[in-house]
Amino acid sequence: MTEQIQKAEEALRSTDDPGVIQEILDNNPELKGLGNYEYGWSDPDVAGASAKRGLDASVVEDISAKKGEPEWMLKLRKKGLKYFERKPLPTWGADLSEIDFDQIKYFVRSTEKQAQTWEDLPEDIRNTYEKLGIPEAERERLVAGVAAQYESEVVYHQIREDLEAQGVIFMDTDTALKEHPEFFEEYFGSVIPVGDNKFAALNTAVWSGGSFVYVPKGVHVEIPLQAYFRINTENMGQFERTLIIADEDSYVHYIEGCTAPIYNTDSLHSAVVEIVVKKNARVRYTTIQNWSTNVYNLVTKRAVVDAGGTMEWIDGNIGSKVTMKYPAVYLTGEHAKGETLSVAFAGEGQHQDTGSKMVHMAPNTSSSIVSKSVARSGGRASYRGLVQVNPEAKSSANSVVCDALLVDTISKTDTYPYIDIREDDVTLGHEATVSKVSEDQLFYLMSRGLAEDEAMAMIVRGFIEPIARELPMEYALELNRLIELQMEGSVG
Amino acid sequence: MSTLEIKDLHVSIETEQGTKEILKGVSLTISSGEKHAIMGPNGSGKSTLAATIAGHPRYEVTSGSITLDGEDVLEMEVDERARAGLFLAMQYPVEVPGVTMTNFLRTAKTAIDGEAPKIRTWTKDVKEAMAKLKIDADFANRNVNEGFSGGEKKRVEILQLELFKPKIAVLDETDSGLDIDALRVVSEGVNRAHAENNMGTLLITHYTRILNYIKPDYVHVFVDGKVAEQGGPELADELEANGYDRFLAAAA
Repeated sequence: MTEQIQKAEEALRSTDDPGVIQEILDNNPELKGLGNYEYGWSDPDVAGASAKRGLDASVVEDISAKKGEPEWMLKLRKKGLKYFERKPLPTWGADLSEIDFDQIKYFVRSTEKQAQTWEDLPEDIRNTYEKLGIPEAERERLVAGVAAQYESEVVYHQIREDLEAQGVIFMDTDTALKEHPEFFEEYFGSVIPVGDNKFAALNTAVWSGGSFVYVPKGVHVEIPLQAYFRINTENMGQFERTLIIADEDSYVHYIEGCTAPIYNTDSLHSAVVEIVVKKNARVRYTTIQNWSTNVYNLVTKRAVVDAGGTMEWIDGNIGSKVTMKYPAVYLTGEHAKGETLSVAFAGEGQHQDTGSKMVHMAPNTSSSIVSKSVARSGGRASYRGLVQVNPEAKSSANSVVCDALLVDTISKTDTYPYIDIREDDVTLGHEATVSKVSEDQLFYLMSRGLAEDEAMAMIVRGFIEPIARELPMEYALELNRLIELQMEGSVG
Repeated sequence: MSTLEIKDLHVSIETEQGTKEILKGVSLTISSGEKHAIMGPNGSGKSTLAATIAGHPRYEVTSGSITLDGEDVLEMEVDERARAGLFLAMQYPVEVPGVTMTNFLRTAKTAIDGEAPKIRTWTKDVKEAMAKLKIDADFANRNVNEGFSGGEKKRVEILQLELFKPKIAVLDETDSGLDIDALRVVSEGVNRAHAENNMGTLLITHYTRILNYIKPDYVHVFVDGKVAEQGGPELADELEANGYDRFLAAAA
């Protein structure tokens, strides 16, 4: 990276004026990789071609053997397989009937060994990451460590030395299982049990890759930890497994971004993310998923929060054919807090069935859910949420706000707010709005020279701004760019 | 030198009772540097004329023409009209939640000019223009028109007028809802745009009050979708003294 680009990047970070940002980006096209994933390309695929399609006990045994796992993990995988086979497909949400589980490759190994440095990576993998803008991100001082997941296995991993010195562990889950088995024996599957749901069971059976994070007592990780995920083999499922443990009084912000190239047949992404937030700790987990529009994105994310702790989910869903994802927070200790900010875009052929789940299990716990969705070109955006207050969770409070924006008259939005209250002493608030982009708003902006799609994009950006401002800079930029792409050709 | 020429314009809207003709043959010519006032009672079609010039989709032109320097305005999309140099200061500016004034002004300026303004001079221009219109500096970070009072919205319309530098501006009842101080500040903004950019103005109003600050070269009395009488500033004085009765009686 040249000096000029570094300077431009610094300039980019020192401003929040979108005009200035645009000017910097226009003058430095190289930087656009930071915020702009052009989907639709893929690299020649060597590893994936020989991978087996379909799932049975031999696939599970093979995965476990290749990874050299302890016996208990293999047992757990087999249990997961059993649950997966036994549980019916959920029918209460999006339509999943077209998933052909026999056509999916459940494990693809792209390189034999994990690379230690950027230069160690095979060239085609480096090319893929160049397109994803990872070299820039990796060199960014703001990025604490990059766990880049290529196909099923983490092949590249780096952590900054000062984090290591603080005792922070940030590595791929496979390696962590080998090097820190004690965490896995205690926590793996403790937040999301193996039989929690069909897709969590599937993930348990065939999981591979993902990130493991441990933050010791009292340590504040001031810079976000990032990981990039991609699917690069046709019909290959990606089943990463992430486990984050924030010990007492600690803080960490973990960022996950996803893209996938476009393929002809359907792909499946089914991740499990377990987070343990101990006393007075705080974890923020940010996702922007931009899977290509043939991916089924069926993800289970859950955090347990001890007394005084805080869990924040920031969840952006832009891509995929179908997403079913409801980040959950189990508030198990007094004064624990849970928060979900969620934004979803549903375009042509897409169904975003997203929301959140807040379970109050102790007194004086509080939670809030803010969900914003935009539907266009016949897409469907659903909010589905559960607020549960158990007996004895006195003086708990929850608020839910869901706002939906319809860009045209052929798109759909629906809201399924479930509430299960078993305690009298609670405070609840629920607000839901559905709005349409008004003729007068468009007219006003167009009379100021903005073309119709630009005007539409500005209105949509404004609508999701309360969530965008919670994102780190490059993610906010990426989100804005993605909205523009979404709005192009959406009108007229 | 620019000229906006409106010839025998007929405009209808769709209502629940069917199609209704609002403008029944309006002809007007506005050139750079000129100030035209259109006065008329409620429902005479003044705002319809303003919205039609800007291209609001609700209004259908059934016959007649609008040209800007010979170019057919009616063939242009709303945004193309803005880029051609037309500006409408709206009677009811709309809110755009989540979009800051700073972002909006710069995006619009870029769209109208076809290139981004220079960051340094632009920021300075915006600050100065806001100060002159007595708009508090923190409005730059507020969302477009969100929570603005009626008077604040009007000032922000004139702020855009000054920054975008249109060739021809239509001011649709910019004076309504303004107290006397705000009226003066807003009028000064319009006069500055005239002096600095040689702008042509079509000022639509009910009241002669604003004409004490913005001196019109021409006054047109608008009744029942047509220009009933044209004259110089003295016509406004007559209206102030006698009201619209004479014209309403003639139309009836």
